[in-house]
Amino acid sequence: MTAATTTATTRVIRDFDKPLWRRVLLTREMAIVALLVLVVIVSASTVRGFGQPITLTYLLLDIAPILLIALPMTLVMITGEIDLSVGSMVGLSSVVTGALVQGGIPFEVAALAALLVGLVGGAFNGFLVTVVGLPSLAVTIGTLALFRGLAVGLLGTAAVTEFPEFWTDLAKAKLAGTTIPVVMIPFLLLLVGFILLLHYTPFGRGVYAIGLSKDAARFSGVHVERTKFILFVLSGVVAAFAGVFYTLRYGSARGDNATGLELQVIAAVVLGGVSVFGGRGKIYGVVAAALLIGSLASALRLMNVTSDVINIITGALLVVSVVAASFLAWLQKTRRRPGRPSTGATPTAS
Amino acid sequence: MMFARKRVTAFAALAVAAAVALSGCASTGGDDGAGDGGDGNLAITFLPKNLGNPYFDTSSKGGKAAVEEFGGTFAEVGPAEATPDAQVSYINTATQQGVGALVVSANDPKAICDALNEARDGGVKVVTFDSDTNPECRDVFINQADSEGIAKVQVDQIAEQIGGAGEIAILSASANATNQNAWIDLMKEYLASDYPDITLVETVYGDDDDQTSFDKTAALLQTHPNLKGIISPTTVGIAAAARYLSTSDYKGKVALTGLGTPNQMREYVEDGTVTSFALWNPEDLGYLAAFAAQALIEGDITGKKGDTFTAGDLGEYTVGDDGVVLLGDPFVFNADNIGEFDF
Repeated sequence: MTAATTTATTRVIRDFDKPLWRRVLLTREMAIVALLVLVVIVSASTVRGFGQPITLTYLLLDIAPILLIALPMTLVMITGEIDLSVGSMVGLSSVVTGALVQGGIPFEVAALAALLVGLVGGAFNGFLVTVVGLPSLAVTIGTLALFRGLAVGLLGTAAVTEFPEFWTDLAKAKLAGTTIPVVMIPFLLLLVGFILLLHYTPFGRGVYAIGLSKDAARFSGVHVERTKFILFVLSGVVAAFAGVFYTLRYGSARGDNATGLELQVIAAVVLGGVSVFGGRGKIYGVVAAALLIGSLASALRLMNVTSDVINIITGALLVVSVVAASFLAWLQKTRRRPGRPSTGATPTAS
Repeated sequence: MMFARKRVTAFAALAVAAAVALSGCASTGGDDGAGDGGDGNLAITFLPKNLGNPYFDTSSKGGKAAVEEFGGTFAEVGPAEATPDAQVSYINTATQQGVGALVVSANDPKAICDALNEARDGGVKVVTFDSDTNPECRDVFINQADSEGIAKVQVDQIAEQIGGAGEIAILSASANATNQNAWIDLMKEYLASDYPDITLVETVYGDDDDQTSFDKTAALLQTHPNLKGIISPTTVGIAAAARYLSTSDYKGKVALTGLGTPNQMREYVEDGTVTSFALWNPEDLGYLAAFAAQALIEGDITGKKGDTFTAGDLGEYTVGDDGVVLLGDPFVFNADNIGEFDF
């Protein structure tokens, strides 16, 4: 196991020749956190209406589905895979909940059925990727269309809008005495769960190992296929949960709910420092990135900036961050060549 | 060590870039946010179903003209896609900004309700136009046209064009289209009472499909050789019928009117196939909605039945049942005015 860890982490091990404060503070994740703090401070002091407590409520409600889905997506992407079907799964889960409630089934049962649909959908993705051995990009582009097609097919252009008031109120409720929405409780529980899973268990180390080198991971005893399968199932279930929340928050189950959400999730994950080639990334970076994108959008909307321009700014931020990261990697490579070739840190894109 | 410093520099550059982007926007966008328009807060935000839609571009144009007329601050925001969840974010934003009024065309009568009511709790007046929400979620609804007005204008148009006597037919949408059927019933009543010399010989259904409507028009003209006019109370039907007429021998001999949009009908009005057709004027709709918002902000109306207010050039309006304000009779488009419209 020691050997396995060493092999798997050659790419990051070089950082350990620097002092601790530097390893903690001078990371891409911390840069995103710093940027988030900066955006919040600048917005609160210059954008009218941003500095009030209600901003936090609306902001968190808006990005709650992104925050939720980004958790399993982070793990999926660290293994070097991707799940593009999550936005469609939110829509499908929403429609399943709506259609069942419309058919007279209690909301609680309908919501559980929707989670089950998420589990089955995620398992289907996992099966095609791990058992059949197809690339997840292709598989989940397929299920993106498939799940959306099912969602629109089930309800057509109709919308179900009759849900128990208790649940719709709960979805928008705030924790007593604060402006933090109640939906942050399940999110925080999942957050703690995923942090423990990724950073403090052998399973989590396996996730990184797979992303760095699938073969090396397999030879050192990581259950590559099983790990990936579990991650796709988690992704499906969490997306379905986000779908139930989405339905309640807007009080509306429609086939086109959350169209394009997958790209917002992936944008947050990539901005948060997860490498699209796998093997690298931290959950707190992703959470900070989702908050950053949400705060930026909120501030820009308050300035009456149109949605197109908001998209342009978010997109530019993402491109700049990715370019900056590659530029740094290149700098690092050119600097390392003379003197210390022994760490052999040339990354092989897997 | 050098490397670490470079990394810091690069991240600092990134942060500065973002800050510049932000402050750049602040300087251009900051001053058209919520303004303090004198006594009342006359910051009025239009939230159409989506942006980049010619129909709503036209209504916002009217809204902007009205807001400028009474010295308020106009803003238009909206999602790229016409979905209710995207509208909710913008409604929340208006609540945060504390605008005076929000003028909305709803993408869903129920889904945006809670967000609108939160805005109203925060003191924002809510006017819906074009597409209403449930009545308990807004103060007033500006209705573009009522059924009687729609039925009457089409009958009057055809009567004028055929000289008040002769055979006419109707090309409708589908046989169970609720709106069209209600209008057709009212047209029949109005024909019977005001134009006894006009005979409605047949009503056919083009199912709001371009090709079907085209074929049904051809069949109508063959079956009824004495037909003098066609009414098509649907935008798909009137365009298809006009296309058939414009290339047939009936062009200029058989009159055609109904409900259409200027962009669809422009070439047929210009080539003489169609003399006039009707619809409401979205510009007036936006103009009236803005004045209703002003009246709500200044406390001239509360949205209860019988309240009256003045809407600039359009004159005086009265709030009806359920807080509905009717724009008025549909607008008639003809060769003289069609050039002024782009939707």
